[in-house]
Order: sequence, then C-alpha cells, then structure tokens
Amino acid sequence: MSESLSASLETPATAAAPKGLFRRLLKNPLGAASLGVLTLIVLTALLAPVLAPHDPDAASANDILASPSSNFLLGADGSGHDILSRLLYASRVSLAGAALALAVAAALGVTAGLVSGYYGRWFETASTWVTNLLMALPGVVALLAVRAAVGPSLWTTMAIFGVLLSPAFYRVVYTAVSGVRNELYVDAARVSGLRDPRIISRHILIVVRAPAIILAASIGSVAIAIQSGITFLGLGDPSVPTWGGMLNDAFANMYTAPLQLTWPSLAIGLTAISLTLLSNALRDELERSSRPKRRRGRRDAGTATVRHEPVLVHEDTEDTEDAPSGEILLDVQGLTVSYDQADGSAKTVVEDVSLTVRRGEVHGLIGESGSGKTQTAFAIMRLMPPGGQVAGSILFEGADLARLSAKEMTRLRGKKIAYIPQEPMSNIDPSFSIGSQLVEPMRVQLGLSKAEARDRALRLLARVGIPDPERTFNAYPHEVSGGMAQRVLIAGAVSCDPDLLIADEPTTALDVTVQAEVLDLLRDLQSDLNMGVILVTHNFGVVADLCDRVSVMRGGRIVETGAVQSIFDDPRHSYTQSLFEAILDDSRPRGPLETDVTAAASTQGASS
Amino acid sequence: MSERLLEVDDVVVDYPVKGLRKKPFRALNGVSLDIRPGETVGLVGESGSGKTTLGRAVLGLAPVTGGAIRYNGRDISGLSRSERRKLAAEIQVVFQDPYTSLNPSLTIEQILVEPLTAQDVAKSDATRRVRELLDQVHLPSDAGGRLPREFSGGQRQRIAIARALALSPQLIVCDEPVSALDLSTQARVLRLFEEIQNRTGVAYLFVSHDLAVVRHLSHRVAVMYRGEIVEWGDGDQVTARPQHPYTQKLFLAAPVPDPAAQRRRRAERTRLLADGA
Repeated sequence: MSESLSASLETPATAAAPKGLFRRLLKNPLGAASLGVLTLIVLTALLAPVLAPHDPDAASANDILASPSSNFLLGADGSGHDILSRLLYASRVSLAGAALALAVAAALGVTAGLVSGYYGRWFETASTWVTNLLMALPGVVALLAVRAAVGPSLWTTMAIFGVLLSPAFYRVVYTAVSGVRNELYVDAARVSGLRDPRIISRHILIVVRAPAIILAASIGSVAIAIQSGITFLGLGDPSVPTWGGMLNDAFANMYTAPLQLTWPSLAIGLTAISLTLLSNALRDELERSSRPKRRRGRRDAGTATVRHEPVLVHEDTEDTEDAPSGEILLDVQGLTVSYDQADGSAKTVVEDVSLTVRRGEVHGLIGESGSGKTQTAFAIMRLMPPGGQVAGSILFEGADLARLSAKEMTRLRGKKIAYIPQEPMSNIDPSFSIGSQLVEPMRVQLGLSKAEARDRALRLLARVGIPDPERTFNAYPHEVSGGMAQRVLIAGAVSCDPDLLIADEPTTALDVTVQAEVLDLLRDLQSDLNMGVILVTHNFGVVADLCDRVSVMRGGRIVETGAVQSIFDDPRHSYTQSLFEAILDDSRPRGPLETDVTAAASTQGASS
Repeated sequence: MSERLLEVDDVVVDYPVKGLRKKPFRALNGVSLDIRPGETVGLVGESGSGKTTLGRAVLGLAPVTGGAIRYNGRDISGLSRSERRKLAAEIQVVFQDPYTSLNPSLTIEQILVEPLTAQDVAKSDATRRVRELLDQVHLPSDAGGRLPREFSGGQRQRIAIARALALSPQLIVCDEPVSALDLSTQARVLRLFEEIQNRTGVAYLFVSHDLAVVRHLSHRVAVMYRGEIVEWGDGDQVTARPQHPYTQKLFLAAPVPDPAAQRRRRAERTRLLADGA
C-alpha cells in the first residue's frame, strides 16, 4: 500500500509536470513550505514501522488516558494505545485513503473528459448526463447507502467517494479539451496523418496538464478532510487506526484529556492546508509560465526606426485643389507617443507626426501593422493604455488636446470627437439592448430626455440604412450581423453631431460587399454632417474610395503625405512605392494551366 | 479521366444543429469542381459562402453527406480514419491563421518532423528533410530549435507551408493563407506559393475572400455564394468578364487602389444595384 500511496501522491506533481516546474515551485516560498510539510508527512507515514515506539494496536488497561511521558511522548488514548504510534500508522491509512479517492476521481474524470472532449458525439452526451447526476447526488447519503450494502470498508468508501469527486476533473478536462479540439494545429496534425493517441498525447494533454495538476492538489485536500470526516463519524473500518477515528476517540474523552484532540486535528489540518497552499503555488507557477503571446501587441510592434528622414510632402496642385478647403479642424504638430517600460526606459511608437484635417476632409492614415497608425489615432483621442505619454500639440477647435485634463477630454469624446472601431461585435456590450447603448450617450452628452433620445436613435438607425429600426433598437447585439453592428456603431458615433470622426479600420472585419455599403454610408454621412475624418486603414482601395488626403506611415513616422490623387499618381518615397508594387489588383490574371492535356479540356472547363 | 487530380462531384455537407429534431445546417449544396495536376483553382466567396467548408471536406475534416470527392479516381469522401491517414502524403493543408495553426509549445523542428514520423520516416532522414524544407521556404536553417512565438506572421506562414510540403503532396488546400498578413508580406508569401508550384508541380485549392489574390494565383476560379458555386471557369474569364450577377456585384464591391478608377467603379456599382432593385 505504501508504494501506491507515494506514487499516486507524487505523480501528479512531478512526473507529468513540465521541466523546471519543480524547481520553480521550490523557489516559490509558499510552494517550498507546503511541499516540505507534505514530504515530511508522507515520509513519516512511510517510515511508521521504524519510527513508532510502540505497536499501534497494543493496548494496556494501565495506560488508559496516560499523560505525555518519556514512554508515551503524546500520551495514551482511551483504550490505552500509544497516541504517537497510532498517529504515525493512521497517517498511512488516511493518506492512502485520500490518495485512492483522488486516483479514482482523476482516472475517471480525466479519461472521460478527454474522450468526450475530443470525440464528442454520444459519449459526450452520456458522460455529461452521468456527471450531472453525480453532482446532484448527495454524497454522504450515497456513502451511507454503500456502507449499508457492502459493509464498513474504508477502501470501498474512498473508491466510491472518488467516483463522486470525478465530475470536478471531468469538467475541467472536458472544457480544456473541447477548447483545443478545434484549434487549427490539431486539424493540421490530423491532416498530417497522426494517429489519435499521438495527437492526444502531443497536442491535447499539454493543455490539460496544468489545470489537472492544480485541481489534483486541491481535491487531495478535500479528500483528506472528507476521509477524516467519514471515519470520525464511524463510517470507516473501526479496526484500523485513522486520523478521523483518533479524533472520535479523543472527542469522547474531551473533558478528561482535552490535549488529545490536538494531535489528530493538527495532522488533518496541516495536510489539508499544505495541499491547498500547494495547489495555489502550482497555479501561480503554471499560469505565470511563459504563456505564448498570441499576437504582437500594438505596443511592441511599433519599433520606431531612428532614421530621421524628412517627410515627403506633396504640395497641392491644380489637379488636387478640388479637395475640401474648410477651416482647419485638427492640427497635430510633432506628436510623439511613448510607453514607459518596466526597466524605466520609454519605448517610442509614434514619433514627430504632424498632420492637419480640415472640416469636410477625409484624411487617411495608411501603413502596415506596427506602423503606429492606430496609436496616432488613439493619441488624438487621448485613449491610451496605462503608461502612455503624449508629447507635441494636438490643436482641436482652439484647445490643445495634449494638455487637457482627463475630465475635459471626456466631455469632448463622443460629442465633438467620435470613434468607429474595427471590430463591431467586441465594441457593443452584449448584455444591453442596442437601443439602450445608443440612448445613453445622447442623454449624457446632449441632455436629451428619454423619449427625445429614443426618437433620435430611431431616426439615426434609419439614417444608417437599417431596414427595421424599431426591431434593431430592441434587439441585443448577438441578434444582428457584423455589418448591421457596424452600422449601429456608426449611428452611435454620429449621434451627437461630432466635428471630427476617427475611424480605425472600420471595414476590415467586414465582407467585401458589406464593406462597399459601409463605405458608401460613411461617405454620405461625412458630406451631410460636414465632418473631418481620420481614417486608419491598411487597404489602398479604401483610401482611394474615401480619402481626400493620405499619410503613409512606417515605424511610427509619416514618410509621405499629400492629396490622394497625387500620391497614387506619383509615389515618391521608396516605401510607398514598394507598397504599391505589392498591390495585386493590377496584376494580370494567371490564365489557364498550360499543358497539352488542358488545352483540349479548357473548352469545357467553364461548364458548371 | 486521368488528368483530373481531384474531382468534387455534387457534394453536400450538412452540419448537425444542437437540439432535438432541429434541421441540420446545409453548408454545401451540390458543389462540383475539379483540379488538374499542377493547377491552382481559386475559390472566392464571402463569409458563410461555404468556401472553407469545401476545403475542409476535401481534407476529410467536414462531414460529406452527399456526392463524392474523388482523388485520382477514387472516392475519398467517406474514408475511415486509418485509410485517411494514408492520404496524408497526398493532400496537405495551409491554414489561414499562422498564430493558431502552429502548436505554441513545440519547436519548429518538432512541428516539421511530426508529419514525417507519422509516415514512419527514420529520425535521421527526418531531420535532414527539415533542413531542406526550411531552406525551401527561405528560413534560416537554425530556425528549427526555436518556438513559433519567436517568428512574425509571415515567417510562421512559411513554417506552415514547410509542414505542408514535408511529405511532398500532390495537392495543398490553402485556406485564406495570406489574409492575416500585411500587404508586402502577403506578396512575398504568394511569390513563394508560385515558386513552389513551378518547382514541384503541386496543385492548390486556394480559398480566399480576396479577389485580387485569387486572380493573381489561380488558373481557374470558382465563385461561391450560400453553399453553391455560382460561377466557374478560367481565371481571366471569371475575374475580368464575370457573367453571374453575384460575381459582378462582388467584383464591383472591392475598391480599386486608384481614386479615378474607383470613382468609375463606384458609379458602375450604384447603377448595377439600381438596375437590380
């Protein structure tokens, strides 16, 4: 029993763990301490025959309730057993019982979770049903029933208890596996011809490992507590010494020898607390571990190149002077955005950017990911993640936005400066109806009454081309399509008659036919409301469609700026030229495959 | 006919919908096309058109409920898992998202060796082949020991291409392989696709929503809409002189990177929509 005990207690923590986890756990004070206590407890349990001064079952009527002495270090219990010896032997039984419950729970739960998470189908339905049943079953009642049926065996009781605990493992593993089942790399492994066991061991188990280990430690602590509870109530086998049984005996003699309660309580408490703390430490270490970054963040993407070359400015010529000539609405000069780094330095993502937007003008900011175009747009709205610093001046209607207080900025945003995001769905709160999200800003910014705001929202929804405004007003975000959601956001953006609209890739997430409709809508609204617009995009087609002016950005700087026609006709900067060369729209179609066979076949190729 | 590498014949794909007695969702409704050896067939459509489902059906990742998919004359639509595994050396895949198609916890070498060992290639041969593959996709040979997160999007897509090439397949299903990439990276990766095809004679089923990309790379093009192919033929014919109204609408909706031309296209599109109304 002792081998299986140590094996099942140790394996979840070490054998399956990633390399270095054990070492990291030892560096964590909580982890080291709890691991130390646990090792000590397991060791004393294993070495009980060597350490115990007396036979745990040897009782003598003379020693009943003897006080601690050199012979009985912790005294003797109500039947005259040596408490220390009994405690040592009891820890073997108690730990093994808990380990058995844990092993049964883990074996059942992990296997069922893996199979139903990976294969799904009927097994998933069946095991979810069984899991729900087990969770609804009152555990202690079930244990009593089992005891009545099969007799007082500690091992049977703990095995059954393991079954009752298994839903915890099932849930965790099932969720992790079904999350990863549809990852593309699992599909790729399947297409590569890997067998299922290999896919599971290489790609699936790795995801399950961390949560399962953490869970095992905390379930272990629950198992110890429950096991003690069961034996305390006398539901175990009374003939073997257990911590719970000893507690029961001490409880009976509480008034004559109160000190005896301490020892089993201490053993139970220490083990349970150590396991819980170990599970916490494991969570800290496993979840802090080098989790791969999914995408390069906006921040570190913009590594500003330090070459200080002048911006290529296309002067307005006669060809381009039909561009809007309203008053200058926004005048950005020398805008620099930097982020404080953990090591005290600052990382510059936008450097010395200057641009102007006139009333009624659409200014495009184009560049590849990490060029700083979105950072520029966010800096103008002063919406930056913590640690962001803005330098330079952002003159908007006589005020320098770079110097306004946060409170003054809040008054401007939404009312004077509006924003359209890239991902429509993640920018609407799923728990509120679309109407309430439109009405709220208007009531705050324009001071409208509820009825007035509702009226205006309905008119706006109709204006942005939503066929049944009443229905959409009452709908929740998940009930509308992405294109509709973007229209709703546009309606929200123009709801307070802004002077400046900042659109960050407003059509990138949309299908091309929807994109065309949204671009049409933006153009109409822009000319109706005579807004200035900053349009952030990576698509030259969108620039050609909507913009009057364009600035090409790279590495946090504007490299070339001017009227759209002029830039498209005559890109001067080598970077702008290389971007234009990468455009495929002008490339010739590839034409049919040139082989002898296909020449004959191509005549019938177009039939469908 | 032997010159058909892949034949998709009247294929229907139904996805079961959760809930008792709910009608299944029909993702593909009687789709037919064929691919010849060494050919690129472009598959264009908007989200929900079924283009990705068709790719997945060819890969055996989507349930084919009707029709047949024939590879070299043999129906592969209802193969068992073990029979399907034998096809791994013939049909491969490059997915859209280079961030999730590579297991973040494996090194590049482990990722590239995986398909080789699955086909019982000896370990030493496999490592030699990995160096070859990295060279083919123009990555440094010391890339093998690093993790996917150390590479940019374009480089990761090269790794995914190398994995697809590992077993020297006849057909690669490319599911939006350049959609997540920047413009200039996209151009370089497309050039790599072309270069590999010219050298190895592999055929591509190239799924994309981007008409310009499809036109650039495809010998023949199929346009999908709501689970059906609405137009199918030679690339220059479909992309330059589309016949079907949906194709026309789709092509006019894509903005051209030229202000004057885009103004004309916009007017044409408005006229077409007005006619249709």
